[in-house]
Amino acid sequence: MLRMFRRRRRDDLACVEFVELVTDYLEGAMSSADRARLDRHLGGCDGCTRYLAQMRTTITLVGRLTVDDVDALGDDARAELLAVFRAYRAET
Amino acid sequence: MAGATTPYADDRVLVEALRRGDEDAFGWLIDRYDGSLRRLARNYVATPAVAEDVVQETWLAVVKGIDRFEERSAVSTWLYRILANIARTRGVREHRSIPFSSAAGALDEGAGPAVDPERFGTPGAPGYGAWAAPPTPWADEPESRLEFGEVLDVVRAAVEQLPPAQQEVITLRDLEGWTSTEVRNALDLSETNQRVLLHRARSKVRRAVEAYFEKAEV
Repeated sequence: MLRMFRRRRRDDLACVEFVELVTDYLEGAMSSADRARLDRHLGGCDGCTRYLAQMRTTITLVGRLTVDDVDALGDDARAELLAVFRAYRAET
Repeated sequence: MAGATTPYADDRVLVEALRRGDEDAFGWLIDRYDGSLRRLARNYVATPAVAEDVVQETWLAVVKGIDRFEERSAVSTWLYRILANIARTRGVREHRSIPFSSAAGALDEGAGPAVDPERFGTPGAPGYGAWAAPPTPWADEPESRLEFGEVLDVVRAAVEQLPPAQQEVITLRDLEGWTSTEVRNALDLSETNQRVLLHRARSKVRRAVEAYFEKAEV
């Protein structure tokens, strides 16, 4: 009885733990046993499944910032840098 | 970015071309990294103008330093290190707090749970730990379309509000697409610390997006 209880406890994962392990999970930074444990939890937990999906969406959204957020180098500044490169490489 | 299909995407080809004085290669390098360097520079210095100077100086150092570049590291890492050195010098001059120069506090700054503990019930009460207030669906998953610009504003603001070390890691990983190894090398972080910073950063950005959708629902 006690042993059964212990085994269950070891295998069960609380959602509050899952949200702290989600990055290790996404990074593949865990043993296959731990990974299987998280997968089992996800199999029976809609809240954590959604949480994981939202983390993935978050990562995608941060990746989208590039498109909007790049302040492009001006053409003049670019041409100037190329001129410096040309001059310097010609010297050496 | 068209980078993946050009031969310059291969570091060895790129470095060799730069050493030969191939201007196209240098142009490609600028187009590929200038935006990234500029964004990263802003983590270190107070104003866009100073960041601009730092990036300019970085490119000059690249022109002069390409012959001494050791190909053990990636070109991206090398660029970043040059930028970080220049930016730190400038940042110190401006008395700005620097993300990694005194790493002691940097890791702990902005520590905290990924999700408000109260959402898992009453701490200490029986049954605590399972979702009491599980995440609700984000109206029209933002990837699809809808309010795209607005969501991105929220994400951008959330990233900007992160402590510097977290901001730097999430920018390099999720915005610039660096691998964890590249980030660790460039920032001199252990594998674990890199992951801890990334975790805190992503968790906070997720919370910001969640808050945005909860507000939008009303």
